[in-house]
Amino acid sequence: MMQESISFTPQLAASAIARNLWLIPAVPIAASGVIAVLKQPRRKTASALAIGALSFSLLLALIAFAHVLSGWANGQAVRETASFTWFQTGASHVDLGWVLDPLSAIMLVMVTFVGLLIFIYSTGYMAHDENYTRFFCFLSLFAGAMLGVVIANSLLLLFMCWELVGLTSYLLIGFWYFKPAAAAAAKKAFLTTRVGDVFFLLGIVWLFAQTGTLLFYNSGTGSMEQAALTGLLAQPAAWGFTAASAIGLLIFAGAAGKSGQFPLHVWLPDAMEGPTPVSALIHAATMVAAGVYLIARVYPLMQAGALTGGTTTALTVVTWVGAFTALFAACIAVAQNDIKRILAYSTVSQLGYMMAGLGMGGVAVGMFHLITHAFFKALLFMGAGSVIHGCHEEQDIRNMGGLKKYMPLTFATYSIGMLALCGVPILFSGFWSKDAILESAHGWPLSHAPYYMLVFGAILTAFYMTRQVSYVFFGAYRGHGHPHESPRSMTTPLAILAFFAIALGALGTPAWPWFRAFLENGAAVVDFHAFAEPAWLMLLLTSCVIVTIGIGLGWMLYGSKSPAADQPDVIERAAPPLWAALRDRLYIDEFYGVTVIAFYSWWARVADWLDRRVWGGIVSLVAFVFGLWATLNRFLDTNVVDGAFDKSCEEISTSGGLLARIQSGRVQTYLRLLALAVVVLAILLFWSGRA
Amino acid sequence: MSLVFYILAALTVAGALAAVLLKNTVHCALALTAAFAGLALLFLSLDAQFAGFAQILVYIGAVAILVVFAILLTRDSETPKDTVYGPRPLIGLVAAAGIFAVLGWAVLRSAAALPHENASPAAAPNVTVMDIGNALMGRYVLPLEIVALLLTAALIGAVIVAMHEKEGAR
Amino acid sequence: MNPLTGYLLVAALLFSIGLAGALTRRNAILVLIGIELMLNAANLNLIAFWRYGPHPEALTGMMFAIFSIAVAAAEAAVGLGLVINIHRHAHTTNLDQMNRMKG
Repeated sequence: MMQESISFTPQLAASAIARNLWLIPAVPIAASGVIAVLKQPRRKTASALAIGALSFSLLLALIAFAHVLSGWANGQAVRETASFTWFQTGASHVDLGWVLDPLSAIMLVMVTFVGLLIFIYSTGYMAHDENYTRFFCFLSLFAGAMLGVVIANSLLLLFMCWELVGLTSYLLIGFWYFKPAAAAAAKKAFLTTRVGDVFFLLGIVWLFAQTGTLLFYNSGTGSMEQAALTGLLAQPAAWGFTAASAIGLLIFAGAAGKSGQFPLHVWLPDAMEGPTPVSALIHAATMVAAGVYLIARVYPLMQAGALTGGTTTALTVVTWVGAFTALFAACIAVAQNDIKRILAYSTVSQLGYMMAGLGMGGVAVGMFHLITHAFFKALLFMGAGSVIHGCHEEQDIRNMGGLKKYMPLTFATYSIGMLALCGVPILFSGFWSKDAILESAHGWPLSHAPYYMLVFGAILTAFYMTRQVSYVFFGAYRGHGHPHESPRSMTTPLAILAFFAIALGALGTPAWPWFRAFLENGAAVVDFHAFAEPAWLMLLLTSCVIVTIGIGLGWMLYGSKSPAADQPDVIERAAPPLWAALRDRLYIDEFYGVTVIAFYSWWARVADWLDRRVWGGIVSLVAFVFGLWATLNRFLDTNVVDGAFDKSCEEISTSGGLLARIQSGRVQTYLRLLALAVVVLAILLFWSGRA
Repeated sequence: MSLVFYILAALTVAGALAAVLLKNTVHCALALTAAFAGLALLFLSLDAQFAGFAQILVYIGAVAILVVFAILLTRDSETPKDTVYGPRPLIGLVAAAGIFAVLGWAVLRSAAALPHENASPAAAPNVTVMDIGNALMGRYVLPLEIVALLLTAALIGAVIVAMHEKEGAR
Repeated sequence: MNPLTGYLLVAALLFSIGLAGALTRRNAILVLIGIELMLNAANLNLIAFWRYGPHPEALTGMMFAIFSIAVAAAEAAVGLGLVINIHRHAHTTNLDQMNRMKG
């Protein structure tokens, strides 16, 4: 069912917490700046600063959440904004601002809480790394930037923090920059998300140009408010789209890049080159969720023009892309052997679920899965980190096994996370959030195909997670060396997250739909009769079937017999080409290499040729012409000008010489000349006399 | 024109030619003397007795002697194989011929305006020395004084010029 | 033919001969001889015009000729003195060698 449009009573004066909301991202960024100038050996100071800053942010986030919660409990919707004009150019204002409403409050709490747990985990995980200080500097910077994205009410602030998040992701993926694989992965991540960001920027600019304001909510004049949306709907773009859907699609392109939707998903698996806390924080819980959060933030725009019960072009595209990604990534995850890579593809798949949920079910459905996923995926990644740490940096699951007796705490928490991810009914939060998505997919008016894709994806999810757990924790240990449990700094956060992986489910059950009510400012009534509804019981049954098939198949193939390290996989033996295709990620990277990258290499060569031959040739030609001109000038100057001058001087000299011969010094010469002159004069005189 | 004139003219011209053409410079000087003599006689035939005698006295008596002296004093620098004429004498001849042509033509042109000789001849002027003296002291006293000055200067100058110089500048 | 014409022609001839000698002979003294001839030709001209002129009693021509004779004498003296002096220094009377004033 599609949500109705939200109506909030506008708040006139922002409260103190809303005005000071900017402190939440600012403090971690400031801490990052301080850590940056610390010397490398001051490790404890660095981590203490980072953890302290984020704790402070968590405190403020809880206060903000309490404020919004109290408002909701009183029936007063809270959406408080505060903004300031950064600068003015002509008639346009460039504003920066932040907003405090249920959506941002929930995200703030999630990001700061999970972030804090991962920070604490990192003190244990990165204890032996020599770049410990730099790690916390980047982590803190990332936390601040992500929080900036969450609270942003201004398109500009959102984009700035978005780019900053991308930058810190690059820095953290390539943290071990001396590994060529890590450096390449960082570059790939940055460039791929850049492709999405270009479209995002186009969308932002278009939105600003159309609505004239950068702010989302601004007492009726914001771009997500009714007046602006009506204007956008009335504006036709190209190919039958309205401006609203076109901008929505452009913004989704940016979200698709950051959230790893097909076809921009290729960077996420490679991003596993970074340290495991990075994978947990950035590529499971927060940064990749930023794309989903963005769509939720601009949901009024995406939804604009939808009739009651209907959908818009933008949301249809979101749904299809999400559903396809969910299935596609799940297929590939089946054939991976690196513990983190399986989880990476799982993340891509779950992000697809979130997008599909947003498209079909609305903000509450998508966001609920985002929140639950953040907790259990972070838990899974941190558990994987614990396994890697315990197996002395081993990452291939074929070289692990039987770890449940060496690392019992890790095993227990990991299993809870895995069961949550598989969506095991009732007890685990993953079930409730995924169930909501499947419910909305089942009721989607346009088509049932996404529903089937999501159901099949869920079966595959259960299957590959069971495969992974069997390989890692069951059977006999196939590796070399002695695995051991991780220190308490690492296992304590695991336990906390495991608790939430179970408990959060209670927030979104049909009996007490608190999450949806909170986000949509409705009333949350506890009503256990909702469990008795036939539609919901159908879904419950479907989920049980999914989980049973998935886990059962997995256990049958992998769990009961302990696979050997060097023997090929069961499915590989059965269908080698399918296995090879899945293991090689369906050749998407190779396809890109042949098309996009090859094109760019060719284009770079063309540009180089142009530059060297054509433009360089023109420059050389101009230089040559100038040289020619200079030579001609020199020739003219030497031969014509100087030559003429020299010649005339020579002539004067010669004629002077000639004339000087008259002055022979010989008297008789002078006399002769005199006589001749007299003769001539006399003749002239007589002649003229006669005339 | 009387025969006397022709004879005297011939003598003068012959002497002049000889003075210019002869190789031996002493012979030239003597020929010059002859030319001067012829000129003196011409003056006499023109009833300019004083001028004629002045010619004899000054020119023949002084200038010609002076020329001979000069020739004799500078004789040792001439060698027999020296050429008589300087380089390119043709130009000089051409110039002189041109002058003669112009003068001759002018004279002959204007001869038609003159009365014929057989018309009443001009009376011979009666010029006495006393007349000349009166003229010199009267009308021409200034030129006389100036010429006197000139002669003095020339005298002193010639002496100085021709004098042997002592050792060291004077 | 008027006797004046004859005398004038003779004077012209003498003048030309004198000029030719002055212009062509190598010896400096012979140049002076030529100049004397020229002067004498002029004197002859003067006397001839005095005799056949309109006012012979004014004695103009004669006076002019007498002064001319005086000046010619002075000039001959100085000129020959110069030639002698040059001969003393350069041991030559060759006019062509007296060209230190050349340009």
